[in-house]
Amino acid sequence: MTAHTGIGAAVRRKEDFRFITGAGRYTDDINRPGQAHAYFLRSPHAFARIKKLDTAAAAKMPGVVAVLTGADVQADKVGGLICGWVLKGKSGEPHKAPPHPVIALDHVRHVGDQVAVVIADTLAQARDAAEAIVVEYEPLTPVIDLRRALEADAPQVHPEAPGNLCYDWEIGTPKSEVDATFAAAAHRVSLDLVNNRLVPNPMEPRAAVGEYDRGTDELVCYSTSQNPHVLRLILCAFILGIPEHKLRVIAPDVGGGFGSKIFCYAEETVCVWAARKLGRPVKWTSDRSEAFMTDAHGRDHITKAELAMDANGKFLAMRVDTIANMGAYLSTFATAVPTYLYGLLLAGQYTTPQVHCNVRAVFTNTTAVDAYRGAGRPEATYVVERLVEAAARHLKVDPAELRKRNFVPPDAFPYQTPVVVAYDSGNYANTLDEALKLADYAGFPARKAEAAARGKKRGIGFSAYIEACGLAPSAVVGSIGAGVGQWESAQIRFNATGSVFVNTGSHSHGQGHETTFAQIVSDRLGVPIDQVEVVHGDTNRVPMGMGTYGSRSLAVGGSAIMKACDKIIEKGKKIAAHLMEASVDDLEYEHGIYKVAGTDKSVPMAQVAFTAYVPFNYPPGLEPGLEESAFYDPSNFTYPSGVHIAEVEIDPDTGITTIANWTAVDDFGNVVNPMIVEGQVHGGIAQGVGQALLEGAVYDKDSGQLLTGSFMDYCMPRADDLPSFNVGMTHTPCPHNPLGVKGCGEAGAIASPAALMNAITDAIGTEIQMPATPEKVWRAIQANSSAQAA
Amino acid sequence: MPTVTITVNGKAVTREVEARTLLVQFLREHLSLTGTHVGCDTSQCGACVVHVDGQAIKSCTTLAVQADGSAVTTIEGLADGQTLHPMQEAFREHHGLQCGFCTPGMIMTAVDFAKNNKNPTEAEIRQALEGNICRCTGYHNIVKAVAAGTAAMNG
Repeated sequence: MTAHTGIGAAVRRKEDFRFITGAGRYTDDINRPGQAHAYFLRSPHAFARIKKLDTAAAAKMPGVVAVLTGADVQADKVGGLICGWVLKGKSGEPHKAPPHPVIALDHVRHVGDQVAVVIADTLAQARDAAEAIVVEYEPLTPVIDLRRALEADAPQVHPEAPGNLCYDWEIGTPKSEVDATFAAAAHRVSLDLVNNRLVPNPMEPRAAVGEYDRGTDELVCYSTSQNPHVLRLILCAFILGIPEHKLRVIAPDVGGGFGSKIFCYAEETVCVWAARKLGRPVKWTSDRSEAFMTDAHGRDHITKAELAMDANGKFLAMRVDTIANMGAYLSTFATAVPTYLYGLLLAGQYTTPQVHCNVRAVFTNTTAVDAYRGAGRPEATYVVERLVEAAARHLKVDPAELRKRNFVPPDAFPYQTPVVVAYDSGNYANTLDEALKLADYAGFPARKAEAAARGKKRGIGFSAYIEACGLAPSAVVGSIGAGVGQWESAQIRFNATGSVFVNTGSHSHGQGHETTFAQIVSDRLGVPIDQVEVVHGDTNRVPMGMGTYGSRSLAVGGSAIMKACDKIIEKGKKIAAHLMEASVDDLEYEHGIYKVAGTDKSVPMAQVAFTAYVPFNYPPGLEPGLEESAFYDPSNFTYPSGVHIAEVEIDPDTGITTIANWTAVDDFGNVVNPMIVEGQVHGGIAQGVGQALLEGAVYDKDSGQLLTGSFMDYCMPRADDLPSFNVGMTHTPCPHNPLGVKGCGEAGAIASPAALMNAITDAIGTEIQMPATPEKVWRAIQANSSAQAA
Repeated sequence: MPTVTITVNGKAVTREVEARTLLVQFLREHLSLTGTHVGCDTSQCGACVVHVDGQAIKSCTTLAVQADGSAVTTIEGLADGQTLHPMQEAFREHHGLQCGFCTPGMIMTAVDFAKNNKNPTEAEIRQALEGNICRCTGYHNIVKAVAAGTAAMNG
């Protein structure tokens, strides 16, 4: 019954009908009776003292309900925004956590910082009134550049963080041991790498509607959130002081997140606070310019990375020194991203016995930086895979061959790395071989020669990435500073007529959970897939859950669903045994059918469900009803891995890089819906290609103005920037979760920048930094040819 | 305030609007047709594409008063009841959408393209989608969907 819709089938998505007919319901589509509109006045300065803030004229403008400032926030005892991960540095001290006011008090610290909010009957009126607010600023010299931030005479972003240092952290093998290995090594390679700052830019801008019911004292927050329960927890327990049962957070259809919608921001806080204060629903929708200035950005590292090898190219040690940008304030999980999500992946797929990583995180007068698709792991892969390919060039060894010499072998799992984590499973050489075949690596020299005959420079580059998904287990994550648990919840609720609600704490904002999760339940419980309704994104409808980020939903949320299915099957067994007058021990169960072993007697799940709700012929003492909850806390991370191979062709006259071929072979363990998984890979690659070729948030280094503040200036990947992709898969199941799945959401973005930059380096013979714009590539080619001429 | 009369999805509607009202605001806020989206403020992303007199335009850079007297088709008007337009069907069949936010604009752009390009190459499809940004799919499956939808419309 479920063969074509069960686990492993490329089921067409259940959610698509509403999206392709314009019936999706995003936060900005929600309008509540009597709602007012919020418009934020934002700082035009990167760093300034507010000398005077006069809202009197604005308050008298037509339609204005209120003009609220930081002083009002303070008067109402609304707390500041928080960072939910306490990071301990080398000294044992926790990170510096300067105040992050919901609306600025005496200083603004980045362009776009909130100065005041106007709430009016219409958005146009709110916007008009904001023009009438008088602000006198005393501009201060901002600090923008990462290295500059650490200089002794640099401007100080916060008095609470001397030297602009948020923390100084290290992990791995003691540095003295690594230094000794380097000193004695036969070969060493070194790279200075910039991991460029990115703006996440989900196509749906952030939005929120706050609503207050005076009769019940209940608040509702509609929000573009990836994790509505976490948002509720932060808003209630840390900022607004509302009891958790009095705030309902609804994250309806959400138009992409990529990390930027994990966090608790000022704007939804203001909508909820103001809705109660003013007794009217308050709505805010970001425009794209605000998104550029206020959505948490991603990446932004500078790194010195070194690799030591023996005479045979066996990796001996790696040394990594990174400065990571936090921006002006700490976003919700900012401290964890360049540390535990980065340093722990620096062993890559290799047996490198020693790794030392040091990270200094600094404050600058720029937008906050936090998790963006991959979050720390793309940065780690970029370091490892650029180094490995530099090593291959240094040793004059084929880059595929050098990787094979150093891969963790398939019989070495679980494999303990020198950077804390133990990989659960993998077969790296097998995946590489598949990728080499799919990319026709053997045919590359001929293609290169053919391109050269046309005057083009062709290059090939690899990236063999490792990822850690589904942060876990909670107790371990808590011991390294996490403020929340990392389990997931599921509830399976049969209706009497046999259809099922699956309430999940995961949140789908493009990942297709309504289909994938339905496939699991349909497969396990034998319910037709159109009878399975996956419910998510509403704190009043689903149990407490942690939401979706870090490629965790299937590995953690899907496992919770499997556990709940098991409980349903167990209870159903008692009912089925009773109906068939058999012993529970004699029953077999498969895909929704209970059978008495060795007989032709059977009872389908639908009959069991009906009996559970109409319990006339029922096991004595058994509770009626068929509904089970489960919470799943994984025993380890999962470790997806894979190999991406980029093949590029560069026009030396223009510096334009064209992607000639893209091959991805990923090992995500078992796969529930290959169509959806491939789609995730495509999207991830596009974001990684964007990082490597096109994207980069640029601030003026003196004024701190965001120069790339719109789609006119920030180069988003478009259809004609990208090729079609060759996607293959290998399957080494995860040994520690019931589905054997590993997570696929971020892999493409993790793998692709290194592969592409390695290919460009191969083509032009020079290391350049991302994004590899035509101008940079052209200049590098020119510099090379003049060097050769000289 | 000016009065506009626009035939939207086959039905004539007359409303008084502020002169500065954009067509997308008219559709979303005055008519509650929220399938047409706003993804940027510089006319780059194409989430707002609708048809005015059969031609794909960006409704975020068109004033409602400019569309006075025109026939506008939005994503809500594309299917015939429960029967999907071939381009909608192609997007579903080929997994040409993930979060769905850019999808209405993509489909409206693709339908107009398909009317004028009976047998396009992959490069032509990619070029035609230049004014529509998708952050989820990497365009791979959108391109497949547009090719299939174009074939179905012209088959």
